[in-house]
Amino acid sequence: MSIFAKSLAAGFLAVSMAATPVVAANPAAGEKLAEDQTFTYSTIDEISSLDPQIVEDVSGSNVARDLFEGLLNQDAEGNLVPGVAESWESNAEKNLYTFHLRDNAKWSDGTPVTANDFVYAWRRLADPKTASPYSWFAEIMAIDGVGPVLAGEADPSTLGVKAIDDHTFQVKLSASLPYFAAMTTHPSTFPTPQAVIEKFGTDWTKPENIVSNGAYVLTEHIPNERMVRERNPMYWDNEHTVIDKTVLLVINDENAAHTRYLAGELDLGPVPTGQYKRLKAEYPDETHSVPSLCTYYYNYNMRDSGPEALKDVRVRQALSYAIDRSIITENILQAGQIPAFTFTPGATAGFTVPKVAFGEMTQAERDAKAVELLAAAGYGKDNPLKVEVLYNTSEGHKKIAIAITQMWKQKLGVEATLANMEWKTFLQNKSEGNFDVARAGWCGDYNEASTFLDLLTTDSGYNDSKYSNPEVDRLMAEAKTMDDPSANYTKVEEIIAEDMPVIPVYHYASVLMLKPNVKGWPFQNVEGKWYSRELYKTAE
Amino acid sequence: MLNYVIKRVALAIPTLLILIVISFLLMHAAPGGPFTSEKPLPPQVMANIAAKYGLDQPLWKQMVNYIWGILTHFDFGPSFKYKDRTVNDIIAQGFPITLTYGFYSFVVAIVTGMALGIAAAVKQNTWIDYFAVGISIGAQVLPNFVMAPILVLIFTLWLNWLPGGGWNGGQWQYLVMPVIALSTSYMASIARITRSSMLEVLNTNYIRTAKAKGLPWSKVIIRHALKPSLLPVISYLGPAFVGLITGSVVIDMYFSTGGMGYFFVNSATNRDYSVMMGITILVGTLTVLFNLIVDLLYAWIDPKIRY
Amino acid sequence: MLVDKNKLEATAERMAGMDTVKGRSLWADARTRFMRNKAAVISLFVLMLVILFAFTGQFFAAWSNEEIDWAILGQVRELGYPSFETGHYFGADELGRDLYARVVQGSRISLMVGVVGTFIAVFVGTLYGAIAGYMGGRVDQIMMRIVDVLMAIPYMFVLILMLVVFGRSIFMLFVGIGLLSWLDMSRIVRGQTLSIKNKEFVEAAQATGVPTFRIIVRHIIPNLLGIVAIYASLIVPGMIMAESFISFLGLGVQEPDTSWGALISEGAKTMSYGTLWQLAFPLAFFVVTLFSLYFIGDGLRDALDPKDR
Repeated sequence: MSIFAKSLAAGFLAVSMAATPVVAANPAAGEKLAEDQTFTYSTIDEISSLDPQIVEDVSGSNVARDLFEGLLNQDAEGNLVPGVAESWESNAEKNLYTFHLRDNAKWSDGTPVTANDFVYAWRRLADPKTASPYSWFAEIMAIDGVGPVLAGEADPSTLGVKAIDDHTFQVKLSASLPYFAAMTTHPSTFPTPQAVIEKFGTDWTKPENIVSNGAYVLTEHIPNERMVRERNPMYWDNEHTVIDKTVLLVINDENAAHTRYLAGELDLGPVPTGQYKRLKAEYPDETHSVPSLCTYYYNYNMRDSGPEALKDVRVRQALSYAIDRSIITENILQAGQIPAFTFTPGATAGFTVPKVAFGEMTQAERDAKAVELLAAAGYGKDNPLKVEVLYNTSEGHKKIAIAITQMWKQKLGVEATLANMEWKTFLQNKSEGNFDVARAGWCGDYNEASTFLDLLTTDSGYNDSKYSNPEVDRLMAEAKTMDDPSANYTKVEEIIAEDMPVIPVYHYASVLMLKPNVKGWPFQNVEGKWYSRELYKTAE
Repeated sequence: MLNYVIKRVALAIPTLLILIVISFLLMHAAPGGPFTSEKPLPPQVMANIAAKYGLDQPLWKQMVNYIWGILTHFDFGPSFKYKDRTVNDIIAQGFPITLTYGFYSFVVAIVTGMALGIAAAVKQNTWIDYFAVGISIGAQVLPNFVMAPILVLIFTLWLNWLPGGGWNGGQWQYLVMPVIALSTSYMASIARITRSSMLEVLNTNYIRTAKAKGLPWSKVIIRHALKPSLLPVISYLGPAFVGLITGSVVIDMYFSTGGMGYFFVNSATNRDYSVMMGITILVGTLTVLFNLIVDLLYAWIDPKIRY
Repeated sequence: MLVDKNKLEATAERMAGMDTVKGRSLWADARTRFMRNKAAVISLFVLMLVILFAFTGQFFAAWSNEEIDWAILGQVRELGYPSFETGHYFGADELGRDLYARVVQGSRISLMVGVVGTFIAVFVGTLYGAIAGYMGGRVDQIMMRIVDVLMAIPYMFVLILMLVVFGRSIFMLFVGIGLLSWLDMSRIVRGQTLSIKNKEFVEAAQATGVPTFRIIVRHIIPNLLGIVAIYASLIVPGMIMAESFISFLGLGVQEPDTSWGALISEGAKTMSYGTLWQLAFPLAFFVVTLFSLYFIGDGLRDALDPKDR
């Protein structure tokens, strides 16, 4: 298992194992439900796939959670609740898990969901022929024999999954994973209908062919225009579902989507960049902002081939200090984002934001310090520092890059230039190290601090700064086996604040506009996961 | 005539081949690939995906396979981005949409454009003329990415008459704004062209003669002046058609119509090689075809022209 | 593109029929005719003002095109309106940058795109067409077939691809936009060259052994200038509009530089959010300039066209 895999797996430890009652739409007593239970929302881009083993984008995963149901689900707070599996147990070594499936779970064509469906789906996930972009998830789950299968050296049937009987599914692991059950909430582990896939091939996800086991079935799909999913009468908990129909519209322009929300065409719409404050004042009941598990930051290029100046810690600190983060969050973004002085967001479960030295100063003190540091590093009026800021084309990134370079110019006399590239070109240049300073964003894969801090270890594939500090590596490795790793995380954050391999700028907030009659939205969920079957609309 | 058609079709083949090769090479020369992402995939996973889509083969072989697939099965390959869909699916779904609103836009542009142009020419140097010229230049210079949000603001947000976007199987309410936004600039060009060619025709001797014979004005115009002044309008339709496809990018983006315009831009930025190639080939073929039709129409209207 | 090709071809035909000895009086004549066209003269004047604005406007700006006015950042809707007190004559953009300075600089870029794009189109098209027409025979055949083939390529698509592949740069934009429109030019020029090349002065040059290329440059091309001028004036607006479309797609000039297209597309996004000036000023310049260019183009064509002389 790679370092990355270990850390991702470790994150699931944080997920509570308490089994709570099944969640479903739960109207309070006295609430009058609306006649029309159609929920319409928009997304900026067509989803990548409807196939649970293939899907990789966030909005596609939301759809997958409506159409399919895995062994276990998460409730709004991230607690594990039964899905297709009513209960589960593991052996003492935590490397053999047995799931007991409910006998009333059915596919939308009426056939029962059996353990064999999971066996099929999990083999399919690991099969190189499927070429799933999420097949690495099977590796992280440490399913016995997954490595050779993935490499094409062993048949998928050698994978350590088996159906003891129709309602008992067993998984053998190659390592001891106490939190394995929590991983079965991921869409790539959802069951898929073998007969249908074999019959239709890649066409199986088309509305006329698809068979699914979730609370909804797909009834219409016009790529780049709309997708309709309707209540699945075969779903075992159908009686607790309230929303009859969920319509997803693809609207490529957030301003157009916003206009259509205002015109009443959408129940859930975006907040255009920079408009949150105004909209919150105009529509206080509909405009929401909740912290989310993402950090916006800038990478310094610390490679040997990178710019000489950025190898000097004083320069890195000076540039970071000179950024007035509150201007960015309060005057540009204006949507409840939080200025960042640490890499890990405070919203992360079990993480308390440590007090790092430069975060405690006032901006005036930071500015003064920045001037001092840069002068000490030998840069000034006669010898101005030159940096180029790389970002990918987008309204939001552009604004922030412009503001930051202007701060550097005006406060430090740095000759900062902007380089704006389209997405794929940007990614290529970033990973190859063709930049001075590059914009980046990181969203936690799971709700635990290591998903952020591991990124700064030497071996991380996502460490675009190519920062390497043995002390950080040691602390993070140690954290994996600790009962309470928070002291290590605090230490790592302090080291980062000193070494400054990245400039944390702000922690994201997710902003949305939701019609006041839509109830049951999981605002508490920092990962932004939601299910249509938990929502309901009240009569106005 | 038949010879001419054959010659033109023969010419279309190298044209399309050149187009395919240029696009293919440009696309593959672009930095990043379809599976480059912010969170890079582990090498084994990447290798499996590359193998599935044939990206592990040498470039020339990919190109040959691709062209071979088209020639033998009319198969444009799977989409790399929308993994449940093939390019054929995407085109089959998106193209009729583009065609539908494109067709209506064409009709609206031709009818209103010619009406404006004729009115302006007949009443040359009166306020009607100035008004028509003003309108047509105005419509021409207002970019459709400005026109689109203005229309939505008026018809959706203020008047609440029309839905702000979507397609819904092409019901008329969903068609109105895309058609207006797309047709205006063509309407403008057609008006300008009609006006100038009409003026020229009206100055010719045979029209003067017709007028002198005492035929009523409306008859002179419809019977004698209209047909010859149609020629330049027809020759404009070829390039205008290509323009419609380009313009559909804005329409698809702003009105979420689900047509092909946005798929093209999107596929170029996503490096969705096969979709981008498929759409380029389709548009290239249509361009060739449309230019041919226009030329034939031209010959049909003007018997003096021989090929 | 946006040029009425047939009319242009007809004009070209008439111009080729003229006696070329009167070369000087053609231009003198044309000037008098042009000056009589009121709409064209006013447009020319307006265009001059826009050019003047684009190249000297920055001397009157209180802010540079990239400076952020921190005092109004975040309250652009309330404080960023056009005002002489704050020095933001045209108001501020979403980031609190001075819109006046940005419109000045954007005008410069857009006008340059128009001129340079046209220059490329005219230069390549004229040379290509003249060579094809003068050489005749097989060379002409092949060269014109190539034009036929290129004409069938959806250029905007290729341009988008090019900008994606080679990265966005002003240079690429110029080249790309120029490449869009030399084809029509080459056809028209070829046609006219065919009728010029049999005239005495060309035959005289051939007889005295002047090299081919020199004949093309010295004798053929100068006689094509009339039609070239007309064509050029007619395609400038198309160039500027093509640039605005490219900017709308986010493939235009690099920040902090801007262009009319980029400003308009930004302004259109925030149109209904109470900052209408962000759309109004750049759009006004764009529209006024294009209007003028159209009238000038028409005026020039009428002035140079020998039809009712």
